[in-house]
Amino acid sequence: MAIASTVLGRLLKAAITLLAIVVLNFLLIHAAPGDPAAVMAGEAGAADEKFIAQLRERFGLDQPLHVQLWNYVSNILQLDLGYSYRQGAPVLDLILERLPATLLLTLTAFGISLLFGVAMGVAASARVGKLGDSAITGVALLFYATPLYWAALMAVLVFSVWLGWLPGFGYETVGADYTGLARVLDILKHLILPAATLGLFFMAVYTRMTRASMLEVAQMDFVKTARAKGLPDKVIRRRHILRNALLPVVTLAGLQAGQLVGGAVLTETVFAWPGIGRLMFESLEARDYNTLLGVFLISAAMVILFNIVTDLVYRLIDPRIGATR
Amino acid sequence: MSETVLSIENLTLDLPKGADRAHAVHDLSFTLARGEVLCVVGESGSGKSMTANALMGLLPPAVKVSGGRAVFGGRDVLSLPEPERRALRGARIAMIFQEPMTALNPLLRIGEQIAEVFEAHNLHSPAERRARALALIEEVGLPDPQKIIRAYPFQLSGGQRQRAMIAMALALEPEILIADEPTTALDVTTQAQILDLIADIRQRHGMAVMFITHDFGVVAEIADRVIVMRYGEAVEAGPAREVLAEPRHDYTRRLLEAIPSNAVPRPERVTAAPALELRNLRKTYRTGGGWGRAAREVTAIDGISLSIAKGEVLGLVGESGSGKSTLGRAVVRLVDPDSGQILVGGEDMAALSPEALRRARRKVQMVFQDPYASLNPRSRILRSISDGPVAQGVPKQKAEARARELLEVVGLGADAADRYPHEFSGGQRQRIGIARALAMDPDLIIADEAVSALDVSIQAQVLDLLRDLRKRLGLSLLFITHDLRVAAQLCDRIAVMQKGRLVEIGPVDEVFLNPQDPYTRSLLAAVPGAEWADGGAARAEAV
Repeated sequence: MAIASTVLGRLLKAAITLLAIVVLNFLLIHAAPGDPAAVMAGEAGAADEKFIAQLRERFGLDQPLHVQLWNYVSNILQLDLGYSYRQGAPVLDLILERLPATLLLTLTAFGISLLFGVAMGVAASARVGKLGDSAITGVALLFYATPLYWAALMAVLVFSVWLGWLPGFGYETVGADYTGLARVLDILKHLILPAATLGLFFMAVYTRMTRASMLEVAQMDFVKTARAKGLPDKVIRRRHILRNALLPVVTLAGLQAGQLVGGAVLTETVFAWPGIGRLMFESLEARDYNTLLGVFLISAAMVILFNIVTDLVYRLIDPRIGATR
Repeated sequence: MSETVLSIENLTLDLPKGADRAHAVHDLSFTLARGEVLCVVGESGSGKSMTANALMGLLPPAVKVSGGRAVFGGRDVLSLPEPERRALRGARIAMIFQEPMTALNPLLRIGEQIAEVFEAHNLHSPAERRARALALIEEVGLPDPQKIIRAYPFQLSGGQRQRAMIAMALALEPEILIADEPTTALDVTTQAQILDLIADIRQRHGMAVMFITHDFGVVAEIADRVIVMRYGEAVEAGPAREVLAEPRHDYTRRLLEAIPSNAVPRPERVTAAPALELRNLRKTYRTGGGWGRAAREVTAIDGISLSIAKGEVLGLVGESGSGKSTLGRAVVRLVDPDSGQILVGGEDMAALSPEALRRARRKVQMVFQDPYASLNPRSRILRSISDGPVAQGVPKQKAEARARELLEVVGLGADAADRYPHEFSGGQRQRIGIARALAMDPDLIIADEAVSALDVSIQAQVLDLLRDLRKRLGLSLLFITHDLRVAAQLCDRIAVMQKGRLVEIGPVDEVFLNPQDPYTRSLLAAVPGAEWADGGAARAEAV
């Protein structure tokens, strides 16, 4: 009951936030110099005033700003994200076509970083001050400090160019026309390098945070209570320390989850991954307003959605949150 | 003498190199008999908790057992390998701790945490564990066991959590229960209930209790025998009655003298002009609410009117949650009251604009409970004291000279000004807190549990200082405390608060010797060792 009303309230607030983002995005993009008509005219090789004016009229770009805004917002409310003149396709189709690839990449990276990060943090905290701890924190620091694009380029160089173990770019082998299991395996092979690269930074963050959090919780009184009960160390570590130590990690994971759609631009570019990130980058260069706005909207919606999900997860693991006494 | 269950022989615990002394505990020997309560008494750092932790095998890694034996069940537990020690923990020797608020895992249900004791020792099926947890919850007197077993720790009060801890300790019927200051963090009435419970289960289960405390009132209430510890050594041991009545060691005598007695002093005559006047002050907290849920309201201050005369010390007494701290904070507008007037020297603090309030705050200064947390660790003492006056426009040099002067006044010496907070002990820091309050030249000082975190002997010194300052400087003081004995030592009048209301106010001797309100009477009755202390008062008067 309480959960339902909370979710309802959060969704309502989310809708308002989203609307504000739509308006803001629209205004921001239109504040930038140059418009799509000029770009298209330039690419068509015909830059005469009349042609540009014609294009503007056709796409409604000659209307006053508030009319354009109103048209845009009312279209969005009907789930019509507009038409990309540049790509010659509806924006929604473009995004939906790219979304699975991006989600596959970012969710895999998310899973890898969370799983390995927490595992490494726990392992380090169990060996605090010893060689194993130093090794793990050293590796984590290295990942933390390495720029993403450099790590990506090195990964391609080592595993793809030198060793030839994994494909260095693309989503699947072009022209191979695999089907069924063979296709899945092919995609997985292509997925490993970009997902691992993208996950490195957050893995390092989770490692450091889990380690610090485990050590902090280990000092708390209830851990001493658990020891006084005669519980074995393993159980104390898992049930009492880890569960409490995960709370800050969940908060951070929520932040990372918000970047699931928009946060992979660099990785997608380096690995030629046909996802949203690259769509955004290409639209930016081409001043493809409608596509850009569409991508922004979807990214913003994802951030808000994952914030709500994080809050709900938090309520599940911490009974103190949102409880009415 | 009944059978001995535990005998500690020449126990020595080494502290790491560089500590302020070589041994946490040195050459300590005592025995514990079946069914008896042995109180280990001492001030902080005396080694009493370390002894308990050594028995349990819960010593911090830096502290090592370097000598002696602890014979339990025919074996020296100190030299047992870890798996065997673990088998003893919780099963045959159990322990409860000081802070019930933090001693339970916040994410697990009470029932799970109790059932865990059986799981730790591989006993019973999950269903049986649950049934036993339920029975234990009932035995320790928690209300509505079916609900408690599913409750999380945050849904329980401090006293209830301590009961849950006791339920865990009882689970496997241990021979020895070690209680490490189990009532120190609790209110007097809750403390009395927990002491009753411990005495009761001791009788029913015939277990030996090693009860660690710093409070001789508690000793008088519960102990059969007493060991007094100082600097890791036992200075005196014997039957409780004898040690309390005729302490042989100097240190024990000093500790006993330092306890605020029930010999109530006569209130001082004071002028009629009020330093502080509260008129019908109200404050209600609202939490939760929104999206169709009703907000929860707690009335912290429920229409309170009182006044403090110039040069008077008013003691504000109540249990936690009574609203006494909120009242203190409302006077300086750290909390904004909903309605009512706060007249300080005729000016209504409640009606001031932010700017005027900033200037008016000088007139009322606070001394806080935690001397460790209330000083900025990165500032020198000089800065901590002179910052306030400088912010009020006093020239820096003058403010600093005054700060050094005040450090002399509170008995620390002017050179304390150039040092950092970590270089001082708790009692010294509280003196600094008092100097800081005095630096603003206030009309009224509010001391919120200012001596509650201090050991009794230090407490007595700080109370002496406050008494002395009050005489010399004519201070007006609102002294907020949960400790009735402390209030009796210092205050001219006592105000008793319960659930936001003022239930009784009057001269100290009248409130203590002839309390009118039933709540005041129950508070006084709950003070541990009340009868023994009355005897002490009689003795003191006879002298």
